[in-house]
Amino acid sequence: MATKRPPFWQREQYTPFLLLLPAILTLLFVVLLPLLFSLYTSFTGYRLIRPESLWQWIGFRNYQRIFADGDFWTAFGRTIIFLTIALNLEFLFGLGIALLINKITWGQRTLRTIMMFPMMFSPILVGYQFKFVFNDNIGILNNALQSLGLSDGAIPWLVDKYLANFSIIFAEVWMSTSVFAILLLAGLFAMPRDPLEAAKVDGCNPWQVFRHITLPFLMPFVFIAMTIRSLDVARAYDIVDVMTGGGPAGRTELLWTLIARTGYDNARMGQANAMAYVSILLSIAFTYYFFTKLLAARKYMGGAE
Amino acid sequence: MAEIKLNNVIKRYGKTEVVHGINLDIAHNEFVVLVGPSGCGKSTTLRMIAGLEDISDGTVSIGPGVVNDLPPRKRNISMVFQNYALYPHMSVRENLGFGLKIAKQDEATITARVDEAADILGLDELLERTPAELSGGQRQRVAMGRAIVRHPEAFLFDEPLSNLDAKLRVQMRTEIKKLHQKVKTTVVYVTHDQVEAMTLADRIVVMKDGHIEQVGTPMKVFNHPVNTFVASFIGSPPMNLLPATITGADVVFADGKSLPVPTRLADRVRDGQEVIFGLRPDDLTPVGHGIAESGDSARLTLDVTLSELLGTETILYTSIAGQEAQGKMFGAREVAPGETLEFDVAMDRAHLFDAATGKSVRVD
Ligand SMILES: Nc1ncnc2c1ncn2[C@@H]1O[C@H](COP(=O)(O)OP(=O)(O)OP(=O)(O)O)[C@@H](O)[C@H]1O
Ligand SMILES: [Mg+2]
Repeated sequence: MATKRPPFWQREQYTPFLLLLPAILTLLFVVLLPLLFSLYTSFTGYRLIRPESLWQWIGFRNYQRIFADGDFWTAFGRTIIFLTIALNLEFLFGLGIALLINKITWGQRTLRTIMMFPMMFSPILVGYQFKFVFNDNIGILNNALQSLGLSDGAIPWLVDKYLANFSIIFAEVWMSTSVFAILLLAGLFAMPRDPLEAAKVDGCNPWQVFRHITLPFLMPFVFIAMTIRSLDVARAYDIVDVMTGGGPAGRTELLWTLIARTGYDNARMGQANAMAYVSILLSIAFTYYFFTKLLAARKYMGGAE
Repeated sequence: MAEIKLNNVIKRYGKTEVVHGINLDIAHNEFVVLVGPSGCGKSTTLRMIAGLEDISDGTVSIGPGVVNDLPPRKRNISMVFQNYALYPHMSVRENLGFGLKIAKQDEATITARVDEAADILGLDELLERTPAELSGGQRQRVAMGRAIVRHPEAFLFDEPLSNLDAKLRVQMRTEIKKLHQKVKTTVVYVTHDQVEAMTLADRIVVMKDGHIEQVGTPMKVFNHPVNTFVASFIGSPPMNLLPATITGADVVFADGKSLPVPTRLADRVRDGQEVIFGLRPDDLTPVGHGIAESGDSARLTLDVTLSELLGTETILYTSIAGQEAQGKMFGAREVAPGETLEFDVAMDRAHLFDAATGKSVRVD
């Protein structure tokens, strides 16, 4: 009697796929389908208030409109500037904090915990907090400045073109400097002591030791933090939305506040999705850039004690 | 190119004192080895000379001046670390030239000096690699190269060979010796390996628990240890140390076996004194199997419990008054465990230490 071939799901070569099926299905439904769906909508004139417009294929019209749209490119450019300034400030402050905490021998744990407090708040709350700090009438900053006699008028922290952007960056930096501080502190803890001592004996003063030995060792950690934070900042939304809502008159509009406004307030979901796809390129570019840097910096770290 | 003086140097970590007032004069171009068991304060002492560790009390001077308050970079010394401490992100060439670059030497000088050091140490082929791409022995040589390119006043070595395998260690030991003959400079070398100390040193400093036990040439320390600690620490296999009592003109062990008091020590002991009789295995040899015997010699009949053949020589394990003792046998001969042999004891090379203090009865 010829043995009957088992049904295909019982055959050995399919077992791995069978076992992976739950994961594959989850990824399919949670990631891939929405991704494809949003990609599709970016080629339609989909408006949230008119569901039937989902079937209105308009080809590259959304993209053409974006590329011709000055507001989009302003937000795009502002996001890059915002990201550059915030990341560099966070890096500098984070490095400073990490170096100082690394020096302390007493109360270091407590300080490390305190340092992480800003990260424990929801960004929305941080936004509200700074909205009230910077408010021109009732904000404590203006009140403090006036009481100290440092200024006589109400400084329009959240209204002026430059000051408003500064205020948002300030909030962002306040909240996230600890990401850098923690990663760099971890780097400093992992730092071998011997090369530092060798450098001292080799004639380096403290600054030269830092410049030639400590900093190169920390660079991989810096790039990890940069990668994480560039993704974070490139999709900055909550703080900005709460503090200024992208206004006044679009002076603080970043990519994602613009996208959210287009998609939800103006209900033009198709176009918003097109914008989102363009701005994702920005995130990919930053991630790629920092990852290349990270790999280059890491290359030397293997093996040699 | 400088002498190093340690004057009553003390190191405390908080309340615990780990180095208790060390005095040491190291001459110009001298190779001094600090040796001692783990934790005795060798590294701490070396690091105080280097300036990597604060000096709690006393003074260290390099050349003419006291350097207590100078940072390492102002002391003009080079140090080779146990873990090499190479700069992982720099190539071998950059590692070697780093000190010169910091000292703002011009490119041509740096290249010349790096090439010279690479030549001395056989690193020419490796200059463009990074430390991660080197073997342990090669890293070790880069670390030494980094020390010599700067033409410092003194070299400090902290157990530079302890991470290498036995064969490479012997090879590098010879290279360090040659290197010192080539680039005459003051060297302070830390090790816990007494063979390294014996082979490299002009003078050995034996340390224990933060004290210096003895300072002297390898010959002196080997032949005239001042106390039982030095006697047991220097030499391999270690010296036999056997408790005994002086009775008249004899050294009597607990089991009644006795030897005459060595003539050169006769006037240093008194009747009834509790002593420790010290004898190196090389000086306890079966009759006819020693190195040509001469002078003051005595005989002892002992049971051999175990023998280890090492090739040209055999280590014989025996016991005297319940204490294990080792002898050596030169020349080919089978020894069965349990065999009883007549041993020659080279009395002119025997030592007597006072049992109470552990000090040698004759220090000179
Ligand atoms: N930072 C420190 N704090 C407290 N005690 C220390 C410190 N560093 C070293 N010690 C102690 O000082 C003593 C001497 O240490 P040191 O490193 O000089 O020993 P060593 O002779 O070099 O030993 P090894 O051969 O193991 O390297 C040790 O008992 C050690 O426990
Ligand atoms: Mg040590």
